[in-house]
Amino acid sequence: MYDVIIIGSGPAGLTAAIYTTRADLKTLVISGVKQGGQLMLTTLVENFPGFPDGIQGPDLMQSMRKQAEKFGTEFVDDDFTTVDFSKKPFKISVGDKTYEGKSIIIATGANNKWLNIPGETEKIGRGVSSCAPCDGVFFRNKNIIVVGGGDTAMEEAIVLTKFAASVTLIHRRDAFKASEIMQKRVKENPKIKIMLNSELTEILGEQKVEKVKIKNSRTGEISEMPIDGVFVAVGHMPNTTNLAGIDLDEAGFIKIHDHYLTNIDGVFVAGDVHDNKYKQAITAAGHGCSAALEVQKWLEESHS
Amino acid sequence: MADLTLTDQDFEAQVLKSEIPVLVDFWAEWCHPCGIVGPIIEELAAEYAGKLKVGKVNVDQNQIAGNFGVMSLPSVLFFKNGQVVKALVGAQSKDSYKKEIEQVLSA
Repeated sequence: MYDVIIIGSGPAGLTAAIYTTRADLKTLVISGVKQGGQLMLTTLVENFPGFPDGIQGPDLMQSMRKQAEKFGTEFVDDDFTTVDFSKKPFKISVGDKTYEGKSIIIATGANNKWLNIPGETEKIGRGVSSCAPCDGVFFRNKNIIVVGGGDTAMEEAIVLTKFAASVTLIHRRDAFKASEIMQKRVKENPKIKIMLNSELTEILGEQKVEKVKIKNSRTGEISEMPIDGVFVAVGHMPNTTNLAGIDLDEAGFIKIHDHYLTNIDGVFVAGDVHDNKYKQAITAAGHGCSAALEVQKWLEESHS
Repeated sequence: MADLTLTDQDFEAQVLKSEIPVLVDFWAEWCHPCGIVGPIIEELAAEYAGKLKVGKVNVDQNQIAGNFGVMSLPSVLFFKNGQVVKALVGAQSKDSYKKEIEQVLSA
């Protein structure tokens, strides 16, 4: 029996684990196959406080994990299959093993959204990608499109210039919403072309991506562009599958009822699976800490 | 039996001409999710020894991935009678890989 089971191993989950284990609570982290969360898919993280020269995303997550392990966190490195919130202790299964916990922290984070246009799904892994650091290497000297207008899209475009012959950044609005510094870097990069007021309507090709159809959102005009790769960076979806019984808000993110507690007593939430506004590693880490402190207090009050 | 290292040179003989189905794990040093999938594949290799051949291709040292449209890592491809019968792109859970193995072996 665990005092707390944490689902997720990004900054929210691991920070929570560091706090709960240091409070002497028996802690299990079900890390998920996508261990380490979204930062595993990025390169240099320059805005996480404490690192004046930046730190590689995977390195930061590895350090967080080591820290959690140091204080006694146990890990199961797989996705959970089902969870039963209907009675206490809560039960979570991973394959054919079941774990019991007095409390839960859901820190399952978010995954990238796709465009949901014809031709996209079939070409994922064959020219359609959502991770420049992961797949950029397969596009050396090729021509790529990056779709999106936020910091992620700017980052993806810049990473891809290391490999690609050209990068065309396509955004449906008339201005990017990315941070000033990222927009500046993109505008100053000679390999990046910018197409605003544009959206992809179709991805075409036999075995892999060969061309795309682009619609000008002002004129409605549709044009075709031969291209080797499409990297999608248009936002994130919270990971809430298999969490039956947990209240979600209208956008699908987990609702907080009171100080990181969900609608179910003893089940808490932290990070991007709840936060649709800030979505930063440091805010997720902060949430993880707060949720852990809440769990500690809750356990003392209800199980003393 | 541990899984085997495949190269451009022996791919045809080991994979395309194999009598039993083959699972090929395409990976690279810099691919973190590949590091997570690797041990899962090794466990499955032991569990299905004799029925399924399992091999790994390092895409930094070999070009063969391009022949099969592999443009993302990790990619796990299933070969039967010299043809790709299934491709799994991205890290999956052990259960996911197991389900695919069962399907490929029973088809």
